[in-house]
Amino acid sequence: MMSDEAYRTVKDLPTEEFMVPGNPLCAGCGGLLAVRLFHKALGGKVVWVNAAGCMTMLSVYPYSPLQSSWLYTAFASAPAGAQGIRDALDLLMKKGKISPDEDLKVVVVTGDGAAYDIGLQSTLGAVQRNLDFYYLCYDNEAYGNTGFQMSSATPYGSSSATTEPTGSFPEGNTGHKKDLFEVWKSQKPAYLATISAARTVDFLQKVEKSMKISGPKLFISPVGCPTGWGYDPQDTIRIEKLGIETGMWPLKEYIDGKVKHTYVPRALKPVEQYLETQSRYRHLFKPARNEDALAIIQEDINRYWAEASKAEGFEIRLIGT
Amino acid sequence: MKSLSLMTGNAAAAWGARLARVDYIPAYPITPQTEIIETLSSWIRNGEMDAKLVQLESEHSMLTAAGAASSTGARVFTATSSQGLLYGMEMLYNITGWRTPLVLVNVSRALAAPITLEPDHNDVLAARDSGFLQLHAENCQEIVDMILLSYRLAEDRKVMLPAIVNLDGFYLSFTRERVALPDMKKVAEFLPEYNGSNPFRASRPVAKASSVLSSNLYSYFRYQMHISSLNALSLLGRISGEFESLFGRSYGPVEEFMTDDADYVLVMTNSFSTIGKQAVVRMRSRGVRAGLLRIRMLRPFPADAIASVLAGKRAVAVFDQNIAPGSGGIIYPEIVSSLYHLKNRPEDVFPVIGGLGGKQITMGEMEMIFEMMHKGHWSAEGPHSPLYLMRNDEIESVKKNLQIAGQVVRQ
Ligand SMILES: Cc1ncc(C[n+]2csc(CCOP(=O)(O)OP(=O)(O)O)c2C)c(N)n1
Ligand code: SF4
Ligand SMILES: [Mg+2]
Repeated sequence: MMSDEAYRTVKDLPTEEFMVPGNPLCAGCGGLLAVRLFHKALGGKVVWVNAAGCMTMLSVYPYSPLQSSWLYTAFASAPAGAQGIRDALDLLMKKGKISPDEDLKVVVVTGDGAAYDIGLQSTLGAVQRNLDFYYLCYDNEAYGNTGFQMSSATPYGSSSATTEPTGSFPEGNTGHKKDLFEVWKSQKPAYLATISAARTVDFLQKVEKSMKISGPKLFISPVGCPTGWGYDPQDTIRIEKLGIETGMWPLKEYIDGKVKHTYVPRALKPVEQYLETQSRYRHLFKPARNEDALAIIQEDINRYWAEASKAEGFEIRLIGT
Repeated sequence: MKSLSLMTGNAAAAWGARLARVDYIPAYPITPQTEIIETLSSWIRNGEMDAKLVQLESEHSMLTAAGAASSTGARVFTATSSQGLLYGMEMLYNITGWRTPLVLVNVSRALAAPITLEPDHNDVLAARDSGFLQLHAENCQEIVDMILLSYRLAEDRKVMLPAIVNLDGFYLSFTRERVALPDMKKVAEFLPEYNGSNPFRASRPVAKASSVLSSNLYSYFRYQMHISSLNALSLLGRISGEFESLFGRSYGPVEEFMTDDADYVLVMTNSFSTIGKQAVVRMRSRGVRAGLLRIRMLRPFPADAIASVLAGKRAVAVFDQNIAPGSGGIIYPEIVSSLYHLKNRPEDVFPVIGGLGGKQITMGEMEMIFEMMHKGHWSAEGPHSPLYLMRNDEIESVKKNLQIAGQVVRQ
């Protein structure tokens, strides 16, 4: 396929920048990196449709680091904003009021709080209507902009501003992360994938592939968040790589009714190696190791990959097997 | 050539959108508004109207799509009622901030709880401070005309704000009246094609609805919205003049019904004004100089027009078909504040609350309001305590229901 040809190595990364330096987001923000890469793959003719979250700080009047267009909507309804823009562009072109050269790719960009929680209804509505749009969810696994409270994307065992580890709740968050990939998949979108800037070529190839497809093109990108997760900003890529190598963050795509993992580690690394890097998991190690919680997290990962390898017929070495 | 047709208020609203040649209609069903979107959908599907109607999954999304499409340069129409308007409330405030000149028809219906169907104005008045212009219709003709006027006002570069046209559920939405449908060609003359301001286009990137972290800027944008809304008031005269020269009907921000030499004036809005006007005629036949002032434009608020009509009157009563629990009527204080600076302000401004949940008002009650103004006798609690309309037969029916409910509970 042509998409596979366009991006073979990191050297194929487009040099053109659509996001100039300078914005109020945190140093080392993984979400920002995902947005920047996504933009490189899409090209410049884009209108971003944003929901409340850290990315809302990209465009603070009178500045915008983007060379493209931007609409901030509200927390819950960015996909409906995409619907309005897409429909308006289509009907104005059809009525001959604007030329096709003026067309734009309509791209929703939200955090996990919008995607997993308050905006889920709006997303499923747009997908059900087969809207031709892109959705990039940068998943930092909590409500980051309001100070890192738990969202339904927060993993089991993570501390957050509302899941503080205490004597009664030693593991921190007792809930488990919602499987948004499966929820979105249930509506059979045209294209669906998880992507990570730490595996750049896989990321670019997926976006490129989706660009040839009409309909909803949905992406979930787990992203490092130094501020919320508690690590040094320079470690974002290192931690994202660990997320992938420990199997916490499976990279996969759904197209034509089938799920395929696009990167399979030959042998998983123990999840502790990932957890140890972030202070949101510190209570699982200090003052004493919480063996039960650590085992639950590792077992979840093992179970996930055992099922996936069976379904797709690939080999993978799990932890403790 | 005028063509007269018999149509419901909802059909009149649909005709307003059709005549305005709207491009885009995001929709969501709710009684009593639904007939509007059904009518538009049918016209589009039968090729009678060149527009796109999309049914969203909520009014919150409906209004988001409406604002976003308007920001992209489409002429947008939408409609809702009651719970739907409140469900989308967050977006009402957003899309006024986006300065999107779309038109939303609200078919008034009282709010839950308890859930009910018939109208009062707590729904539309909850949107009072959103920045939407608000025009309130008394009859089906006004619905069509107000939609056309609204687009002209909203799309004026000095305004650039969305507008609500309000009509009462049931009393107007399902009532058939004669309507003179304006001629399509003349409408095109009155309301030319919409050219959006800074629409989303590939050749010209634009950031809209950006966040603002400076309170100076925030205040500036809010003041700017206020001034733009007030601009709609000064533009109405000219635009209505153009409308009159083409269609023979003109609309000021208020309607004066026998107010010129009146001593006693009742202030009303919307469809119940028709009963108020009949009461005025009856009172006149009994020698009481009665009049009625109907507010057509509620936002921007025509304080000067109201003051000039009510200056020097002996007494005024304000009929609020809404209730702000713990305060009283919502429109009453707005009327009072527009009169306070007058040297010859009316001595008494009496508050009346009635018609909640569509509760009927008899001619007798209307006449009683004029009698009370005439005699200077107001409610026992004093002249500034509202008169809450509830007839004895209505109280009896309530008692009967309470009794039944009580018996059920005891079983
Ligand atoms: C209706 C509504 N409720 C709550 C908020 C407050 N709020 C703004 S941003 C935010 C967190 C967003 O979290 P997420 O979507 O994960 O994005 P992130 O901040 O992590 O980038 C919240 C709760 C809001 N803006 N609107
Ligand atoms: S809090 Fe996290 S997601 Fe938000 S800007 Fe900072 S690093 Fe990025
Ligand atoms: Mg988040």
